[in-house]
Amino acid sequence: MNQLNALAGGLFILTVFGIVGLRQVIGCLRLFVMQSVLLAVSALILGIETGSIHLFAVAGLTIGTKALLIPWLLYRLLSHEIHARREIRQVLNIPTSLLIAAGLTIFAYFTVRPLLDINSSAFIRVNLPIGMGGIVVGAFAITMRREALPQLLGILTMENGAFMAGISIAPNLPLIAELAAAFDVLIIALVTGLLTRRIHRRVGTTRVGDMASLKEE
Amino acid sequence: MELSMVLLIPAVAATLAGIFGNRAHAAAAATLIGTLAAFLLSVHITFGPALGVHGRILGLAGWLSCDYLSALVLLLVSFVGFTATLFSLGYIGSAVKAKGLAGTARYWVRYNLFLLSMLAVPLLSQVAMVWIAVELTTLLSVFLVGFEDNPEALEAAWKYVVLTCMGAAFALIGVLILYWGLRTSGAGEFTWAGLTLAGPRIQPAFLKTAFFFILIGFGTKAGLVPLHTWLPDAHSQAPSPVCALLSGVETTTALYVILRLLPVLTWIPGHPAGTWSVSFGLISAGAAAFLLLQVKDYKRLFAFSTIEHMGIILVAAGLGGGAAHLGATYQIMAHAVTKSFCFFAAGATLLITGTRKIDTVRGLIRTSPVAGISLMLGGLAIAGAPPFAVFISEFSIIKAGLAAGHYVIIGLLTLFIAIAFCGIMYQINKMVFGRPPEARAAYRLPATCAAALAVAAIPVVLLGVFIPAPLHHVLKLAAFALGR
Repeated sequence: MNQLNALAGGLFILTVFGIVGLRQVIGCLRLFVMQSVLLAVSALILGIETGSIHLFAVAGLTIGTKALLIPWLLYRLLSHEIHARREIRQVLNIPTSLLIAAGLTIFAYFTVRPLLDINSSAFIRVNLPIGMGGIVVGAFAITMRREALPQLLGILTMENGAFMAGISIAPNLPLIAELAAAFDVLIIALVTGLLTRRIHRRVGTTRVGDMASLKEE
Repeated sequence: MELSMVLLIPAVAATLAGIFGNRAHAAAAATLIGTLAAFLLSVHITFGPALGVHGRILGLAGWLSCDYLSALVLLLVSFVGFTATLFSLGYIGSAVKAKGLAGTARYWVRYNLFLLSMLAVPLLSQVAMVWIAVELTTLLSVFLVGFEDNPEALEAAWKYVVLTCMGAAFALIGVLILYWGLRTSGAGEFTWAGLTLAGPRIQPAFLKTAFFFILIGFGTKAGLVPLHTWLPDAHSQAPSPVCALLSGVETTTALYVILRLLPVLTWIPGHPAGTWSVSFGLISAGAAAFLLLQVKDYKRLFAFSTIEHMGIILVAAGLGGGAAHLGATYQIMAHAVTKSFCFFAAGATLLITGTRKIDTVRGLIRTSPVAGISLMLGGLAIAGAPPFAVFISEFSIIKAGLAAGHYVIIGLLTLFIAIAFCGIMYQINKMVFGRPPEARAAYRLPATCAAALAVAAIPVVLLGVFIPAPLHHVLKLAAFALGR
């Protein structure tokens, strides 16, 4: 079971790298769906192992909102964006970005290292560093990408990372908190999706990185 | 019971505003009555007998709770919520008419929902739920920030949502680690009260990591440097009544969460949480003071002043000790009432002159005495001139810090406050006095805007010279909640 979870975790961090390095929007969105499925798989494995009913709920909620509802929502709101065949513009080139992302993952591991020494099951040892890596690399993706939808996927990746860590370290959170968090992620996707559509209509582009009329002189 | 009522009122008002649809006046009336009721109820909760006897009110089977610190934030949110509604009545009408925008009814729905999320932050007792409430304050206000629907407003809204959601994800992992630490230490409820009780039994490594991430995460939302870049944009592009809410109280609700954690960590030797708070606070106050000097837009001027004030509060809370904590709660109150007034004055100026540029506004006191006097009053009060509340709170923080022997920190803080004072007064002075550029067609300020200015001016003028005894009592006990 532990090895299966480690496999899911390893694939998860690969999808996170993909969010930084992939050149096309539709590929990033597919990766995000895969990432969410892997999160659900990990939650399922942990649920079976610890016998916690909450984790099954998390797995179900993750599949329902992140793998089905959010992609559907984004397709409805932003289909022209998703099917754009152009390359995503970024601040640094892709190899450099990936190298920095790898460095950040190692950094994330060392930030949680003191916690692993105090209390850790085998699952926490896998999920916490990987989740933390997802958060840090997701934040990096937001700063690197100059377009709206990839930035949104960066935020959602950060949330996924937090949940990846959360299912191992806080498996008994009240169910209402998990429900509310799933709802919250859905609202993030809805609000940013709507906002992106409005920016596209009003400004004619979704390269939010190029919007720089507001700054200090 | 009262606690759930406070949350129910804006929910009902939002529903009513949604039902009324195109009859914008009905939606506005529902909001006005709702916010007034919420404010009166908050006054009742804060000064009522129940809080006085137990020091804490519980509601909804432990999901809601209210002690003096929550009551203070609740009171401020509901007060600014009411005055901002009053100001919105005239402002949104004029803005919609002038720019041909659609949807005042939608504005009122969003306004009520935003207010609901902000009222929920101090009242929720479960830490995980508080995180969700703070996140919702962002998500429910995004379209208020982008209300004017021009490229600048949408850019500001985008930066706002992306950066604060990024912060929220960092805060989420902090909250989860906090929960993990609490579980590892044995028992205890995952509420503010439970955490403070269990604090000394939790391993310091958990607390420190959790606090670090929550400080970064919610610090982003409170506008702490270097993650403040969204704040001047959002707080300058939103409609002025929304700015008053964003700058006056939304930042405070984010800071409230950080302040709540401080007493959980005070027992750790060396008090790392205090040190981090003081450093972040000083950096924010300093950077904001220098950035203030070069602004070209008067709403950005007030936005940078918000960053400065958040820094000062964090420094005071981090230094610790009863006197500094009292200064911090006093500053929270002074900031909320004064900054919201400043944004009303800025909104009135914007309505009259039609420009946000400092350079093009001259001789405001002749063009419009009401706006001119308000802007001058607001500028003096927020910059910290005596005899206004901000002066007294900053003075008491400086005094407390000196008494405790933090000479370097207080010296720097005083320097930053002085720089910010000069920066604000220099710009405001230029705008209020001098020769008006050309004879513009006389514009009469909507009566509700003037009324909002009058109501909001009462605490600004009064609290510097006279603090009612019950309010002082609340501030003192709220300060007590910041320490162990």
